[in-house]
Amino acid sequence: MSHRYPIRMNRRLFLSSVAMLTITAPAVSFARTISGSLPWEPMASDPPARVIPGGWQFFTPKEAALVEAIVDRLVPHDDLSIGGKEAGCAVYIDRQLVGAFGTSSRLYTQGPFKPALPTQGYQGEADPAQRYRAGLAAMDAFLKQRDGKTFVELKPEEQDAFLTEMEAGKVDLPNGVKAAGFFGLLLQNTMEGFFADPIYGGNKDMASWRMLGFPGARYDYRDHVAKHNQPYPLTPVSIAGRPEWLGKGA
Amino acid sequence: MTRILPRKDVVIVGLGWTGAILANELTDQGLDVLAVERGPWRDTATDFNIGYAQDELRYSIRRDLFLQPVVETMTMRNDPSQTALPMRDFGSFLPGNGVGGAGVHWNGHTWRFWDSDFKTKTNLTNKYGAARIADLQVEDWGVTGADMEPYYDQFEYLAGISGKAGNIKGQLQEGGNPFEDPRARDYPNPPMQMTYAPTLFAEAGRSMGLHPFPTPSANMSRAYTNPLGITLGQCTFCGFCERFGCANYSKSSAQTTVLPVLMKKANFEVRTDSEVLHVDLASGGKSARGVTYIDSSGEEYFQPADLVLLCAYGLHNVRLMMLSGIGKIYDPNSGEGTVGRNYCYQTNAGVQVFFDDKNFNPFIAAGALGQTIDDFNGDAFDHGGLDFVGGAGINCIPTNGRPIGTRPTLPGTPKWGSAWKKATVEGYKSTLSFSSQGSSYATRANYLDLDPTYKDRFGRPLMRMTFDFPDNDVRMSNYLCDRMEEIAKKLGGKQYAVGRRKKGWDSVPYQSTHNTGGAIMGTDPKRSAVNVFLQSWDVPNVFVIGASAFPQNAGKNPTGTVGALAFRAADAIRNQYLRNPGAPLVQA
Ligand SMILES: Cc1cc2nc3c(=O)[nH]c(=O)nc-3n(C[C@H](O)[C@H](O)[C@H](O)COP(=O)(O)OP(=O)(O)OC[C@H]3O[C@@H](n4cnc5c(N)ncnc54)[C@H](O)[C@@H]3O)c2cc1C
Ligand code: SF4
Repeated sequence: MSHRYPIRMNRRLFLSSVAMLTITAPAVSFARTISGSLPWEPMASDPPARVIPGGWQFFTPKEAALVEAIVDRLVPHDDLSIGGKEAGCAVYIDRQLVGAFGTSSRLYTQGPFKPALPTQGYQGEADPAQRYRAGLAAMDAFLKQRDGKTFVELKPEEQDAFLTEMEAGKVDLPNGVKAAGFFGLLLQNTMEGFFADPIYGGNKDMASWRMLGFPGARYDYRDHVAKHNQPYPLTPVSIAGRPEWLGKGA
Repeated sequence: MTRILPRKDVVIVGLGWTGAILANELTDQGLDVLAVERGPWRDTATDFNIGYAQDELRYSIRRDLFLQPVVETMTMRNDPSQTALPMRDFGSFLPGNGVGGAGVHWNGHTWRFWDSDFKTKTNLTNKYGAARIADLQVEDWGVTGADMEPYYDQFEYLAGISGKAGNIKGQLQEGGNPFEDPRARDYPNPPMQMTYAPTLFAEAGRSMGLHPFPTPSANMSRAYTNPLGITLGQCTFCGFCERFGCANYSKSSAQTTVLPVLMKKANFEVRTDSEVLHVDLASGGKSARGVTYIDSSGEEYFQPADLVLLCAYGLHNVRLMMLSGIGKIYDPNSGEGTVGRNYCYQTNAGVQVFFDDKNFNPFIAAGALGQTIDDFNGDAFDHGGLDFVGGAGINCIPTNGRPIGTRPTLPGTPKWGSAWKKATVEGYKSTLSFSSQGSSYATRANYLDLDPTYKDRFGRPLMRMTFDFPDNDVRMSNYLCDRMEEIAKKLGGKQYAVGRRKKGWDSVPYQSTHNTGGAIMGTDPKRSAVNVFLQSWDVPNVFVIGASAFPQNAGKNPTGTVGALAFRAADAIRNQYLRNPGAPLVQA
């Protein structure tokens, strides 16, 4: 006998059900008893939500300008590709910070928080959203104090020099922000945005995939597997389709 | 308040690879079987949907299909003098979650361990003397390669493994692994079509007198109908394999090899989104009454059952035993206790060879498509003049070209800016990587127990993992890196880089989800938690199925052996245990 639920429990509901257990509100059960058949249901899939650029959901306009300046240095515009800002890396980060990633809602966040061995990973109390808020403020506060300018007011070479110092942990940012740790987070998220499927707001028009020759969301390479050392002929596709399909040209 | 449910013959904790196998075997026996699974139901069309399965960010980086640390994590430290802290995110290994377990998103390298692996202690002592392994706590498994052969065969035919036999009934087979034990027959499917990098790797190895062969793969080289009558499709080399469910029904898992048959049986039932909290023992602690589980609304249930099978993945099996009071928790100081003893891992290292003039099309790949060289694995080579025991398979199995995670660059390349970008484009298509997957041998101070400080979401102690690479294993890995350098030189290329294994196991970068031991099998109840049929010595109506049973790990992926042990346990339950339920199959 099969007791089916009218609506399939999707990812978002599941994660909220996890959260419900950690707070003590009366909760809905998604538990199912399945017997007698495969409980497949049509149209029950859980596709990703597409990021629509425009506006900021996490960053203030000032923070957004700073992040756009940073991502444009990490992934500069040159003859290989567009820059990180145009590719949408800041939009990508903005949307990640209002989701599960930003709030660490899937991670283990119970205390006590103690100093860690390098092999024990990040042990801070702050989640990525809090780290961005504090880290961005600390960068500009530090630069204002030292150079009398904010990051966006620096010349590109000066911006690179400062990011290099942060990467090496050579600057003491205010409010206990660890420069190397925050730089690592910025770099990780910028690269995610630049190389992820464009559906998440970065990698505009699959710029990074075209640059690398990565065909994207294709799923069948049987006709090319034996063609060793020969370039793959087709251009990339994304989960969200291709610019051509939207009438924008390749 | 705990609700009490009607009794079942068998309750299985976890419906992953082993849970599905046991459930199918025991329902065939006519038993009424319930599986309780912590995660959600998953099926191909819905959860590994071809419209968006190719999403690196969601599945590989954010790891949508995996166990989330908010649900359960572990604490870790490298040695007993340190304070363990929780892995706030998983990194080094990634346990599964939901129907199908880690089998949903594995690669599918499917190995047999060798007779010499099952007799590690005896074999090494006889060959090199007891002093050689004095720093280690290796053990025999209590089974032989011949005991295991029929069960390996059963798993390989269930899963449709693509490969080439190296030894059929003692006859060496051209193109297979000459070091493997005799097998009764060839793999059910021929090897997969080879991509370019493993082809060059194999040519280089062969020209050096080594013995490369196609890695046995759970990615289908052709459409295949398994003995249950379930058909899998041909792998299309999509390159979204490890960490992803297969949208093509081409990678064997519970979903593609068991569930379509199992789910139709009237005497089987699965409850999803329900976490087993512990096994309930009768007073005296010598038999199990059933399990207590909690569903996602926080409602608690007691499920009575005559037989309890822990199939929750090795690490979770061990924690459930500890939380239930099944067996005594291991104490590294006294050496007493068996639960948590002999936790082992895998000792890996890697090499990259950079070319100017080659295009490997890294995105044309599958999880287990490649070539392996076993000349320096386990007992295949003489350790007489060497300062270590154990070994590694050398694998060239390029699994993907997904660009967030796979962007090889020459050593010394900056991590950002225009110079980074140029080097990234140059390295993307023209880098050949291969690696050594080394054995992991037990020591006294590598173990699992319960953490004194950190709790799960229900307020119960997390499991604590104390682990570092033993000196023996680091020496082994260095020896393998020297051999890999020789292959790298032979391959040519403009430059190569070797990533050697160092002391200080780091829980952050991914290494492998091959956690073994903690509830090991054996013939002595003082040194093992389960007998050679995976039956608990202490509570005989509990069987503990998984890599938790490995006394130490070989230089091979575990699941071929896990699947074989599952079939062997099922056989023992069907043909021996049920004649006299509740009695031990082996007298202590
Ligand atoms: C990324 C990755 C790649 C891998 N590649 C390979 C490979 O190439 N070759 C190989 O041999 N192996 C590989 N493995 C390992 C392989 O997946 C496992 O060995 C195999 O799945 C183990 O089977 P199992 O039944 O023991 O556990 P699983 O298949 O993980 O099933 C355990 C199930 O128990 C459930 N569970 C856990 N705790 C509870 C609880 N308290 N209550 C209820 N349910 C619970 C889990 O949700 C899960 O569904 C890989 C693993 C990963 C993660
Ligand atoms: S590589 Fe093959 S087996 Fe793996 S997910 Fe893709 S099609 Fe499936």
